[in-house]
Amino acid sequence: MTAQALAQVLASGLLMGLIYALIAVGLSLIFGLMDVVNFAHGEFLMLAMYATFGLVVLTHLDPIVLMPVVVALLFVLGGCAYLGVVRFAMRAKANQGMVQIFATFGLAILLQGAAQYAFGTDYRNVPGSWLGGRTLDAGGVFLPWPQIFGAVVSLAAFGGLHLLMSRTDFGRALEATREDQGAVALVGIDRNRVFALGWGLGAALVGLAGAVLAVFYYIHPQVGASFALIAYVTVALGGFGSVGGALVAGIVVGLVEAFTAVILPPAMKSVGVYALYLAVVFVRPQGLFGRL
Amino acid sequence: MTSTTLAAVPAASPEAGFAARRRRKLLVAAVVFAAIAALPYGITDVYLQNVLILTLMYAALSQSWNILGGYCGQISLGHALYFGIGAYATSVLFVNYGIVAWGGMLVGGVLSALVALALGWPCFRLAGHYFSIATIVIAEIGLLLVHNWDFVGGAMGIQWPFNPDSWWTLQFARDKVPYVHFALGLFAVVWFVTYLIEDSRWGYWWRAVKDDAQAAESLGVEVFRSKMAAAAVSAFFTAIGGGFYAAYVSYIDPESVMSFRFSLLFALPAVLGGIGTLWGALVGAAILIPLTEISRSYLGGTGSGIDLMLYGVLVMAIALARPEGILSLFRRTRSARNQEATP
Repeated sequence: MTAQALAQVLASGLLMGLIYALIAVGLSLIFGLMDVVNFAHGEFLMLAMYATFGLVVLTHLDPIVLMPVVVALLFVLGGCAYLGVVRFAMRAKANQGMVQIFATFGLAILLQGAAQYAFGTDYRNVPGSWLGGRTLDAGGVFLPWPQIFGAVVSLAAFGGLHLLMSRTDFGRALEATREDQGAVALVGIDRNRVFALGWGLGAALVGLAGAVLAVFYYIHPQVGASFALIAYVTVALGGFGSVGGALVAGIVVGLVEAFTAVILPPAMKSVGVYALYLAVVFVRPQGLFGRL
Repeated sequence: MTSTTLAAVPAASPEAGFAARRRRKLLVAAVVFAAIAALPYGITDVYLQNVLILTLMYAALSQSWNILGGYCGQISLGHALYFGIGAYATSVLFVNYGIVAWGGMLVGGVLSALVALALGWPCFRLAGHYFSIATIVIAEIGLLLVHNWDFVGGAMGIQWPFNPDSWWTLQFARDKVPYVHFALGLFAVVWFVTYLIEDSRWGYWWRAVKDDAQAAESLGVEVFRSKMAAAAVSAFFTAIGGGFYAAYVSYIDPESVMSFRFSLLFALPAVLGGIGTLWGALVGAAILIPLTEISRSYLGGTGSGIDLMLYGVLVMAIALARPEGILSLFRRTRSARNQEATP
């Protein structure tokens, strides 16, 4: 492998890894807040991609301009998912783990069906972004602009999330609720409201990822499923609930995937990621940065 | 029955009542199985017979999942791997070597149990979601490997040759009734194994592991060995189900036997009916499978997604409305009745 080819694989892996991190961080945030794994996370991503597609077709604006709208829509969707479904799943007195899995899994199927009903099963592409199809030639290393843009958005989102968590009252309420759900009620924090906002925030983050992804990836009712598994692996690899862990794990996943694609047939590029996940949790059962 | 701590081990004195209860369970099972065996003679519509076969098959598979997930509390979302091993072992042995499905299913079952033991050794150190995600990931690796393994047909899959109807090759081109009886037999066997385990030492150990593994360990339960045993039994029967499915549909490819949705489909009926119960898987399958099959053929033909929406709402509604499963409805009425009887 030449130095140039190596740089190409490294750079592509890094860019995709940052996007994986952005897809996964919402899942990790929600888990850290309330110990719930959202099995509809991939479908949130899928809906964000369709929302981008639908808005572009309706308004003829550039998808990048429409990003805030998609993020806002997903924020509402996340809040509604908590208030309409997850809130009730958390009240279950028996088999809580199973109830959460299947309540959110049922939601995932419902959303898939809804997308199929609204948009059909054709593969779609978002038309006409000025980023689409452009590549950056950095000394023989070719990088698609949509992915560079996605990686920058991801880094900005992580920075913003860090500020939000450390500097604002909402962030502190989130952290306090994560530490002790019972005690926060005593100091006047409405647990339900924090959870609903947390779900909104988690969904908004994956909405951002969907809006970025829609510019360069095909859209299909089942597209979420293929990213969801990578997101679960990323979150578990970084440690459930750890935001920084999601960032590091996302980058690792992107790099490992890029290098696996060099060694194995492209269809098997995920094998390296899965093997890495197993290797890490067999040695460190709580993931890289997780708390047991 | 609901209390599953070690203290629930029956004392010597009520042994007679205990044995009578056990006999009554067997009697109920015999009646239920006889009634189901007679069903295909009343329902002669081929489409409905197909729904009945799938219902019984998923009931058997879900009961197999229930052994590990419901009784031992290890939530596997990767049982499609064992289903696939069974389907592929049976198909390869029959198509390439002429070994009939009976032998192939047995080989697949033993192979699956061995794989489950090999995978359980590292996986059972993981807790909660880390365990569940590891099972998904391992099954997905299996799917990718089979996809790229030409010896077992790769992405093309394996087509079974057509043979005259016979129980020996387990192939019936015209008649679906034998398949109904085989699927019923499979469920009956898994039911009976669960029945035997439920009140054995293993059964009490498994439920203790499910309730609180640390407490169980401190009381002398061999937690790790319990999980391994449950995984092996569960994988064995899941693979037999896979072998049956391959014989029934006569064509398999990686996606049609090993995709993630199968792993969920094995867990779902038991969860809906009531996990860790003898009849939950059958009750759950009897509601879920006909509903999905019928809504798929009447609403899904256009690809409009309405059938998916209906299915999703159903799964959510049952999970939220009855966390303990549908069977608990009946149990609650009985215990309420008992409460009324005692002043």
